[in-house]
Amino acid sequence: MSSLAQTQPALAAASLPKATAEPAWVKWTLVTVALTFLTLFLVLPLSVVLYGAFELGVKVWWDAITEPDALAAIRLTLFVLVIVVPLNAIFGIAIAWAIAKFEFKGKTLLISIIDMPFAISPVVVGLIFVILFGSQGWLGPWLSAHDIKIVFAVPGIIIVILFGTLPFVARELIPLMQQQGKEEEEASLTLGASGWKTFWYVTLPNIKWGLIYGVVLCNARAMGEFGAVAIVSGRIRGETNTMPLHIEVLYNEYMFTAAFAVSSLLTGLALVTIVIKSWVEYKDERRHKTA
Amino acid sequence: MSQSAARSVIPGFGITLGFSVLYLSLLFLLPVAGLVLFTFKMTWPEFWAAVSHPQVVASYKLSFLASFIGASINAVFGTLTAWVLVRYTFPGKKIVDALVDLPFALPTAVAGIALVTLYASTGWVGHYLDLFGIRVAYSEIGVVIALTYIGLPFVVRTVQPVLADFEKELEEASAALGASRLTTVRRVILPAILPALLTGYALAFARAVGEYGSVIFISGNMPYKTEITPLLIVAKAEQYDYNGAAAIGVVMLAAAFILLLMINGLQWWASRRG
Repeated sequence: MSSLAQTQPALAAASLPKATAEPAWVKWTLVTVALTFLTLFLVLPLSVVLYGAFELGVKVWWDAITEPDALAAIRLTLFVLVIVVPLNAIFGIAIAWAIAKFEFKGKTLLISIIDMPFAISPVVVGLIFVILFGSQGWLGPWLSAHDIKIVFAVPGIIIVILFGTLPFVARELIPLMQQQGKEEEEASLTLGASGWKTFWYVTLPNIKWGLIYGVVLCNARAMGEFGAVAIVSGRIRGETNTMPLHIEVLYNEYMFTAAFAVSSLLTGLALVTIVIKSWVEYKDERRHKTA
Repeated sequence: MSQSAARSVIPGFGITLGFSVLYLSLLFLLPVAGLVLFTFKMTWPEFWAAVSHPQVVASYKLSFLASFIGASINAVFGTLTAWVLVRYTFPGKKIVDALVDLPFALPTAVAGIALVTLYASTGWVGHYLDLFGIRVAYSEIGVVIALTYIGLPFVVRTVQPVLADFEKELEEASAALGASRLTTVRRVILPAILPALLTGYALAFARAVGEYGSVIFISGNMPYKTEITPLLIVAKAEQYDYNGAAAIGVVMLAAAFILLLMINGLQWWASRRG
């Protein structure tokens, strides 16, 4: 092959149509069709949010996001994040450690179970916890006897969001840690480092980028969780409305600019998430090339 | 098997596995079992009446048909997008590639109000469609649009790595044996990406069947016409009809479980072929 390539002048190779490539017109037609599809479904929805948010100027946008109900929704959403994201990150690290570093029975089953919250409708997730903790549910009578409110209150919102974003960190870390194996940890431990030290100085730097992306994605999905929260929150304005619920309320009251203004915050977060994902992938590629 | 865990120098097996299993059980397995058991309190005729009410059946038809169409649109355009992103270079490719993940990251309620604003008869796109008498918002087409949007990343992201790893030698061999480019794509490349394509298709379908936020704004939620199954569950829960909601919820749970088994089977097939 290489000797053939040497005897053929480069000119001839360039003028012949390549057998493993399409003609230019096919290429550009395919690119145009794909870009049209993506414009219709991704670029335009994104643009309409940002346009709607700033159509009437920055002042109107600012007033919409600093209005008391909006601020209450933002505060509640951030409060939920502070609890949900660390818990699911710890779970993700723990389960990835168990799966990647050890062999045990039922490992395949455990991996399939982690995928399950993805497949369950957010609405069903909300329903599950209303039935568990609601007044007519399993634990309802006991909870009301002890004056504990879970459904139509903040704890219920936290629980459904925990459920909905359960797999994100785990899903990023499991393949990453499986691929990295356990030689480095074994070396560190054999040299006398403690388990914690090994995790901190050997494992964590290795999984840093995957962990960051998992956390960022978990964060974005936790802020945006809608269907499950819609059922358990009870939609008490200024009290149990998260940002997506507040957007729904504003939209249904025909306050479109305000709805898009609050949406623009979540859209900004989604864009940051995507940028971080691309960056993590870029880092990963570079590491593979240098390794 | 457990002996190798005990022999390993790496610590933390008991605590990490124990914590993971406890966390999954408390947050996920027990609550799901609670929903299923809740429906056992109903008699069979009650359960059957709840899940086979004509309004509910109409919602299944819409949810499954619209998800099917949405996933099919994604199978075609998702594969095309993956191909374009892997094989060609064009300006702005990196940005386009990154943007494919938008439906994963953008909250569904935001997507919902964006789509309805875009496709309503006064919207940027709906305005033009209106000239041709096509109504997207508040119709079944609107449901399909929302479910196509929500499933968009799946096919692209499952097919993309398989295409990127595809050995060019196979294409060269096919071409050297006299196959036209189209034949090579159809007979050599397409079979190779088929398992990934079907996995992406099933993932997009599964996601679409349960989707709520991005659909309810654009669908208009007319009973028997544009009412999806998840919306019925919300409506019943809001009227404190927990039995009715739980019965439909169990049907959706069963559908999700079957789809998940299919996806696992497809992934197993794909890994065996790879």
